[in-house]
Amino acid sequence: MNAGLVQPSKCRGVAIGLLALAWLPPSAAEAHLMTTGLGPLYDGISHVLLSPEDLLPILAMALLAGLNGPAAGRWTLFGLTCAWVSGGVAGYLCGQALLPGTVVCASFLLLGGLTAADRRLSDKVILGLAVALGLLHGWLNGAGIAEAQREALGLAGIGSAIFVVVALTSALVLSLRAGWMRIAVRVAGSWVAAAGLLMLGWSWRGSAL
Amino acid sequence: MKPCRCRPLLLPEMPMAVMLLLASVAPAFAHVQQGQAQGFLTGLNHPLAGLDHVLAMIAVGLWGAQLGQPAVWVLPVTFPMVMAFGGFIGLLGIPLPGVEIGIAFSAVLLGLMVAREAKPSLGVAGILVAGFAVCHGHAHGTALPPGQSGLLYSLGFVIATGGLHAVGIAVGAIHKWPTGRLALRFSGAAVALAGVGFLCKVLA
Repeated sequence: MNAGLVQPSKCRGVAIGLLALAWLPPSAAEAHLMTTGLGPLYDGISHVLLSPEDLLPILAMALLAGLNGPAAGRWTLFGLTCAWVSGGVAGYLCGQALLPGTVVCASFLLLGGLTAADRRLSDKVILGLAVALGLLHGWLNGAGIAEAQREALGLAGIGSAIFVVVALTSALVLSLRAGWMRIAVRVAGSWVAAAGLLMLGWSWRGSAL
Repeated sequence: MKPCRCRPLLLPEMPMAVMLLLASVAPAFAHVQQGQAQGFLTGLNHPLAGLDHVLAMIAVGLWGAQLGQPAVWVLPVTFPMVMAFGGFIGLLGIPLPGVEIGIAFSAVLLGLMVAREAKPSLGVAGILVAGFAVCHGHAHGTALPPGQSGLLYSLGFVIATGGLHAVGIAVGAIHKWPTGRLALRFSGAAVALAGVGFLCKVLA
């Protein structure tokens, strides 16, 4: 395809997507960084483990990667962690969430839906999804940390926790051999997608998180 | 379609989209969270508290077990998402006329399906169950007490419903034996009878 040749319908689709995103009710990005009393590193670790709005998409991404094989799992492990920390640093430096908090519902719906559908995806697509997820949520985390005037070291804790969660979850899914266990993973994906859809509804009502 | 030479950022819709996007920027904040665990427990408890929901969800599992592959896994994978769609339209404030009748009717019809050991095509079974899923989601998925987490309530609600399906599928495993098959049909009749009771209550 020649560079610069763009289908008008595709351009219009991007514009409509942006409009739809902007139409979502604007809400504050809620980072909810925990206070463990053990320092920012452990605050970051506990944030991942205790914040469902971040933990569920991470788990869904890890389940999806596990269903797509070991190579997808490896790409996700490093891609998601690096993107999350990079997005976090950028958000911390910017100090503002540039997107409404409700966009995180998209990661629930997309990743949960893909896991439930159990469609075979290429490693590049999986990596792209992992990077997009990491940048989006990482940015919101970083912006939240900056807004709360907490230390940026929390991002290192967040990154460490993500690495461990993704490694364990993907490896567990990869090790599953029985057919019904794969279905159980798909059911878990459908739960994440369902929670995301309801979360979107709650966001409209103003009581999402 | 023949491609044209144009740049997406110069489209008339784009500046408006970007302006609206930037207008939606809000400050980030971190605060002490309250009502998190309670929201999850409320969501987990809510489907178990209503007998109509419990019986209908178990009947879905029983019927799935009777139908066998692939319905036994298609139903639990798709049901939560369709139910969430019902909850979503409820949260948007879109009314669903006769939702309570639909819920009561779900127990009647699903019970009858189990009692008759009906085996329609997967599409018909899917549409039937999806219709009831929307009713259940619309009625139960929006009952969040004030001050609790909507996300965790939703998660608890979905997990509890999935758990009820799992109970139905596990019990439905007795379908392998002739006596078990008979017991399943009796349990289906019991669910249908209970559904008639719910229906009378709603219509009274």
